[in-house]
Amino acid sequence: MAAPDQGRVAAAGRLARAVPIPAGAGMARMLVERNYRSFRRTWVIIASGFFEPVFFLFAMGVGIGSLVGDVETEGRLVPYVVFVAPALLAASAMNGAVFDSTTNVFFKLKYAKLYDSVLATPLGPRDVALGEIAWALLRGLVYSAAFLAVAALAGAVTSPLALLAVPAATLIGWAFASIGMAATTYMRTWADFDYVQLAILPMFLFSATFFPLETYPAALQGVVQATPLFHGVAMVRDLMLGQVGPDLLVHVAYLVVLGLVGTAWTARRIERLLLR
Amino acid sequence: MIRARGLVKAFDDFTAVDGIDVEVRPGEAFGFLGPNGAGKSSTMRMIGCVSPPTAGELTVLGMDPRTDGPRIRAGLGVVPQRDSLDEELTVEENIWVYGRYFGLPRRLVRERAAELLEFAQLTDRARSVVEPLSGGMKRRLTIARALVNSPRILLLDEPTTGLDPQARHVLWDRLFRLKREGVTLVLTTHYMDEAEQLCDRLVVMDHGRIVAEGSPSALIAQHSTREVLELRFDTADHAAHLGGVEGVADRVEVLPDRLLLYTPDGEAAQSELHRRGLEPLSALVRRSTLEDVFLHLTGRTLVD
Repeated sequence: MAAPDQGRVAAAGRLARAVPIPAGAGMARMLVERNYRSFRRTWVIIASGFFEPVFFLFAMGVGIGSLVGDVETEGRLVPYVVFVAPALLAASAMNGAVFDSTTNVFFKLKYAKLYDSVLATPLGPRDVALGEIAWALLRGLVYSAAFLAVAALAGAVTSPLALLAVPAATLIGWAFASIGMAATTYMRTWADFDYVQLAILPMFLFSATFFPLETYPAALQGVVQATPLFHGVAMVRDLMLGQVGPDLLVHVAYLVVLGLVGTAWTARRIERLLLR
Repeated sequence: MIRARGLVKAFDDFTAVDGIDVEVRPGEAFGFLGPNGAGKSSTMRMIGCVSPPTAGELTVLGMDPRTDGPRIRAGLGVVPQRDSLDEELTVEENIWVYGRYFGLPRRLVRERAAELLEFAQLTDRARSVVEPLSGGMKRRLTIARALVNSPRILLLDEPTTGLDPQARHVLWDRLFRLKREGVTLVLTTHYMDEAEQLCDRLVVMDHGRIVAEGSPSALIAQHSTREVLELRFDTADHAAHLGGVEGVADRVEVLPDRLLLYTPDGEAAQSELHRRGLEPLSALVRRSTLEDVFLHLTGRTLVD
């Protein structure tokens, strides 16, 4: 080995010790490839991730929507289905990401011991975290695009900006998948997943998903606005209604920070648990 | 290939590895022999760069696991104590996917998988899922998978624990072949027959320390006699018969169910006992094994 190379290696070593980000070999995509291979055998179960929001769209948006009539949002009257479709897209991005990153990851972590064998290869904890989160996002991306197509057919899409709702839903997926996976590393038994439901269900129902923020009592509006799904719903709704303002940046920033924190936290936890 | 000096692994409440010195040379089969809890697996995890050393020096393939973990792991094959096969994939996919974790191109991985399945005698099960395979097949697949990156060192943690005798012999045969091909083997075991069969050199570990080091035959020559006379008496306490056998052997060990008399000539010892009129239930002359070495060094048996 040449001398300058050694110097670089030593410098990289010092950097690895100084920065609190767990190690990785930049090969997270290999874990994505592994998940794709396993997914090809179980795609039927996973197709349910597409049907759930579509069923909600027709039950709530089209069905109940015909009783509700028009709804006022951001100073504009729109049919209920147009109001609720973005929320369902955002909520399904959350649900899919949480499901993928909690139950699936818990099984691989505790029972299949998948990551124990992965970490015996050049891959590191950062690769595991990025790989699993990226996989959750890829699946979410496919669901979101399919949902958007159905929503367009149901007349719930009114602006070409709605196309941006697909990457937006992926951002929501990232935020929730990374926090979900980090939370999973603390779980001891399947019973602990009830806590996940306890967090997810009220958010799903009360993040200005099914009725506008203005209908909440003033005291509760602040609470609603603090939840991550509120920002997800608001972001997707702005895009699908074509009403983009500076608020959008706040929503995006909120979710990006959540995703970054969750990803680093997950990698840290995988390192703590498996590399002792 | 591997060099450790004063290597320590301490957890919150106990010290698993308590300052060991080890040197593994290219192409040899090196063993860590010891009972459960001796610190063998912790040592293997440190060598495999999945457990940072608490103190001491460790170099693997000339690199430091603290800073070069991924590069070292790229040159290692790891067979863990518990088969951690990917049950969501088929037999051949297990090797393909594992090869991809090493960044190997898909075409190469497929070629290697075909060779390795042949080596592991699993070619006809290539498209089967992993779950219905027998314990021996799963272990062979784990070894095949660990070889996909053509490792310079193969780490095997308790490679035949839980396998039936026939499956063990098949596995030993595969490991001999690897050794002949020049792969450095590092294994842990608590079976002395396995250590004698496979290892050129080994260290005996107990309570996180190395208590002896050498080739199996050298260790036996150094710490035991050539032969052992095993005596069973019809008694609850074999220690009661110590007086009767005094002076017959170089050394006597008392076990709950028998006496072990260490002597260069078992037959001679046996006829001496006969002359004294001692009538054990059974008397058996055998050669010394590593089990005797371990018993002598620690006062305990390997498998409790």
